[in-house]
Amino acid sequence: MDTIIKAIVFLPLIGFLIAGLLGTQIGAKASEYVTSGLMIIAVALSWLVFFDVALGEEEMIKVSVLRWIQSGSFDVEWAFRVDTLTAVMFVVVNTVSTLVHVYSIGYMHHDPHRPRFFAYLSLFTFAMLMLITSDNLLQMFFGWEGVGLASYLLIGFWYKKPSANAAAIKAFIVNRVGDFGFSLGIFCVFVLFGSINLETIFAAAQSYLPAEGAEAGEAVITLFGMQLDKAHALTATCLLLFMGAMGKSAQFLLHTWLPDAMEGPTPVSALIHAATMVTAGVFLVARMSPLFELSPDALTVVTLIGAITAFFAATVGLVQNDIKRVIAYSTCSQLGYMFVALGVGAYGAAIFHLFTHAFFKALLFLGAGSVIHAVDGEQDMRYMGGLRTHIPVTYWMMFIGTIALTGVGIPGTVIGTAGFFSKDAIIESTFASHGAVSGVAFILLVIAALFTSFYSWRLTFMTFHGRPRASSDVMHHVHESPQVMLVPLYILGAGALFAGFLFHDYFFGHHYVEFWQGSLFTLPENEILEEYHHVPLWVKWSPFVAMALGLYTAWYMYIRSPETPKYLAQQHRGLYQFLLNKWYFDELYDFLFVRTAKRLGTFLWKEGDGRVIDGFGPNGVAARVLDVTDRVVRLQTGYLYHYAFAMLIGIAALVTWMMLGSSF
Amino acid sequence: MTDWPVLSAVTFMPLVGVLLLLLTREDSVYGRRNILNVSLLTTIFTFAVSLYIWYQFDASNPGFQMVEKREWLGTGISYHLGIDGISVLFLPLTALLMPFCVLASWLTIEKRLKEYMIAFLILETLMLGVFVSLDIVLFYVFFEAGLIPMFIIIGVWGGKDRVYASYKFFLYTLLGSVLMLLAIMAMYWQAGTTDITELLAYKFPRGMQTWLWLAFFASFAVKMPMWPVHTWLPDAHVQAPTAGSVILAGILLKLGGYGFLRFSLPMFPLASDYFAPFVFTLSIIAIIYTSLVAMMQTDIKKLIAYSSVAHMGYVTMGTFAANTQGVQGAIFQMLSHGVVSGALFLCVGVVYDRLHTREIAAYGGLVNNMPKYAVAFMVFTMANVGLPGTSGFVGEVLTLVGAFRANTWVAFFATTGVILSAAYALWLYRRVIFGALEKESLKALLDLSAREKLILYPLVILTIFFGVYPAPVFDATAASVDLLVNNYSAALQAAQDVALSVQ
Repeated sequence: MDTIIKAIVFLPLIGFLIAGLLGTQIGAKASEYVTSGLMIIAVALSWLVFFDVALGEEEMIKVSVLRWIQSGSFDVEWAFRVDTLTAVMFVVVNTVSTLVHVYSIGYMHHDPHRPRFFAYLSLFTFAMLMLITSDNLLQMFFGWEGVGLASYLLIGFWYKKPSANAAAIKAFIVNRVGDFGFSLGIFCVFVLFGSINLETIFAAAQSYLPAEGAEAGEAVITLFGMQLDKAHALTATCLLLFMGAMGKSAQFLLHTWLPDAMEGPTPVSALIHAATMVTAGVFLVARMSPLFELSPDALTVVTLIGAITAFFAATVGLVQNDIKRVIAYSTCSQLGYMFVALGVGAYGAAIFHLFTHAFFKALLFLGAGSVIHAVDGEQDMRYMGGLRTHIPVTYWMMFIGTIALTGVGIPGTVIGTAGFFSKDAIIESTFASHGAVSGVAFILLVIAALFTSFYSWRLTFMTFHGRPRASSDVMHHVHESPQVMLVPLYILGAGALFAGFLFHDYFFGHHYVEFWQGSLFTLPENEILEEYHHVPLWVKWSPFVAMALGLYTAWYMYIRSPETPKYLAQQHRGLYQFLLNKWYFDELYDFLFVRTAKRLGTFLWKEGDGRVIDGFGPNGVAARVLDVTDRVVRLQTGYLYHYAFAMLIGIAALVTWMMLGSSF
Repeated sequence: MTDWPVLSAVTFMPLVGVLLLLLTREDSVYGRRNILNVSLLTTIFTFAVSLYIWYQFDASNPGFQMVEKREWLGTGISYHLGIDGISVLFLPLTALLMPFCVLASWLTIEKRLKEYMIAFLILETLMLGVFVSLDIVLFYVFFEAGLIPMFIIIGVWGGKDRVYASYKFFLYTLLGSVLMLLAIMAMYWQAGTTDITELLAYKFPRGMQTWLWLAFFASFAVKMPMWPVHTWLPDAHVQAPTAGSVILAGILLKLGGYGFLRFSLPMFPLASDYFAPFVFTLSIIAIIYTSLVAMMQTDIKKLIAYSSVAHMGYVTMGTFAANTQGVQGAIFQMLSHGVVSGALFLCVGVVYDRLHTREIAAYGGLVNNMPKYAVAFMVFTMANVGLPGTSGFVGEVLTLVGAFRANTWVAFFATTGVILSAAYALWLYRRVIFGALEKESLKALLDLSAREKLILYPLVILTIFFGVYPAPVFDATAASVDLLVNNYSAALQAAQDVALSVQ
């Protein structure tokens, strides 16, 4: 088993090295086949591990690889820790990654830099696997930043486009803002628990808090001037870690990079910015559930941020015209759902949604890629329309993705798409939970479900239905994608349809305990798994109604009466602009941070270094001592020797003095 | 253990090269070739010996090893050499960078090649001498004399404003040197010895520690350089030839940090503790302030120079956190920065040799015709940003952990550096490397030559190797750092006990 796990993680690395270092020698075709071939092996092994660890008897496997950083009690090594949570992530990451590799063989067919592209994809996969297998927080941070690097490289893959470069840098820096919190969180954990190895932390966390009713205890840490006792220290730690999760998972306030990341090639959007990397934040919170579970305040914040994101991103998604941006905001919004689930203690539901979302969102993105491929790189839905008959396979696959995302299914039965199971589980758990903000969160999630349904169907209708709005030249060339691109869609389509039905009992149902085997920690008081089954009937039906309402509105506005959207936009100009410009976050941040930093940098340089330090320092001294014109001449001839001379005199004086001194 | 004076050998080996160079003549192609070959072989041999020293070094022994001691001048000053875990790795670092400097100067130095190489070899001896000295006067001689060849290198082979740069360099260092010399005299007066091992054991009274600490600080802070005495560095870098920048950033900046670890912290623990908040403040200002300034630079070398100041901020912060992680992080950060910043300046040298400008605006889209260069530059940029998996990360994270344990606010502000460093480094990379290749002057540029590959690739490998497997460094430093940290806290504890018993 150890070898298998090592193979899963390192095969993509080998693929990266081969395609990256030898790509130009062995050629594009070979690079594609090597990287994809290695991924196929990795995914087969991943499913093997999944059956063995998650569905089988095996509990947790630990594989040590190499020493890393050892400095006093700060002691971490490269090691893999595989439990059910990791096994689930193995399956998600490697399945989507493999399909994206294969799909890209078709999609990137015309690109001259294919070896580089496949190398980056494999590098990303490797970093993501390091993240999910890590047995300490620092290795997780390695994977965390590693996927950030791969994301940066892939967003900026078409490096000639200034917009792609800008988006790449933005993604990296906004993520770094999150990592700022993540690092401080890691340091907090180290101070509180004396270690950043997960096993030590989890073992200590169980009995970390003083028992109910006991003294609150004395301060264990002075954090930013606050004396914190154990409970508050944990809350602070969790919030700092969560800040990292917010950056990586594009949550409200740190979300601005994700839509811009759509500058990258579409397969990248499917892999990194939908199915895997952006879910790393969800993974982090789930992984650290032994800590989060102890801090109700931190969980409240997680719920609130998640709910706001789900709502906010859905509102923006309503009016976007770029097909990829709609799906990007949808991703952002769905990640919000996952965080709400984490926040209310339904960790299983969060990971379940992560699992199903990976299938249908990757499907939607790859489908969108197939559409873009068909219409010559056009991404604006206003220039699409009527494509259903031209690319029927893509249409039906996108259709499946849409019904999965909107959660089509019959409440109270087990008939439904993947999203139906996972999203409804989250909404119902939120209602059932006793958290401080769960009422608000529930309402926001139901509204977001309505919006989700609206923008998803809007996308479908604008793209595939109605009259074609593309030029006749483009329409003439519209073609269905090759099989190498369609087969991945079939597989993802199957997942989008059946993953919910097949796995809901394991992830968040009757087999919960045997399945997770303690890899998701819940307090004994946390009975959400039981309670969410017993919510009132209207709660179970509410997402369904929201979904139906959204579908009807979209149908009315884009099929029945296509004039309505324009009319509405004119009627509510302010609101429309507000949504279209994404609540003006980019403008705000540009004003607050980017321009301020640049102005400050220039000021410190010219005024601080130039006028104050140099002015009163060396230049000022010089001006007083010497005539300016004279100075240059003297410098050239004299200063060096002055210096050497001064030093010699000094030494001589010292030595003389010591000789005299030693004779006493 | 060895029975031959291996430390003297490594220190003075470059001087053998100097002797050989004095015998050669520069007036023909062959003469030039000879000079280069002699220099290269000398530096490679020196490097080999330094590796041998690392190999022979007994990591479990926290004290000084390979000690050589001879009376000198009959004054109590002795020729006393030795290394411990804190100094041992600076020898291979110094010796490692020298062959690259020779290679980087292979074609670019057109006038007075012989003198140039002699200056570099003498500089190497002096720098190695700093790290092996166990007598404070000997240390002082090496420490200060090392600046003379650097002056010459900047002043003779530098750019057009070289005079202003070396003048600034001079003004700053002069002040520090004088104060340090006075402090050394005072220490001798008080303790009756100039031997570092004895001074380490000597307990200076609290009041005196303060003054001595300040005097040493004046000298080391300039060398680091710490804010606000950093403004000589960007000018010096800009004017220095490529190899000069490499040595300046790679090794000369480490002398200050080494001084803090060798003198300030162990000899004046009470003063170090007293001044730690002051140092933290300067370090944080260095990290944030210079990062912001770096972002707005229009000259590639200046940008990297400012980023060096920011990175040295982590070193001073970790050092004065005075716990295991902080000190080990500081040492690692110095070693890593030595390789990474050296490599970055070598990268700048590669394009400077082709275009003879350092203006960022003159570049853009180099990835199109220089992909190999783009990859190497990317690795070093990421190491500069502190990406995990590169050596830059290890030192940064450890110094931050150390600082966090000492004071969370310090870590808070210092961690903002990870955001800012990403901003300036990636922005630089984008402006130089990415984009379409539109400027006519850039279209004919060739990718890395064999010689340039020989310079950059080994450094790429080292950067990644020590990011993934830094254990050899920690193995070598652990025992000595533990001793240092334990003595430090014991001294503080003792002082506290005394204070309590007086009450």
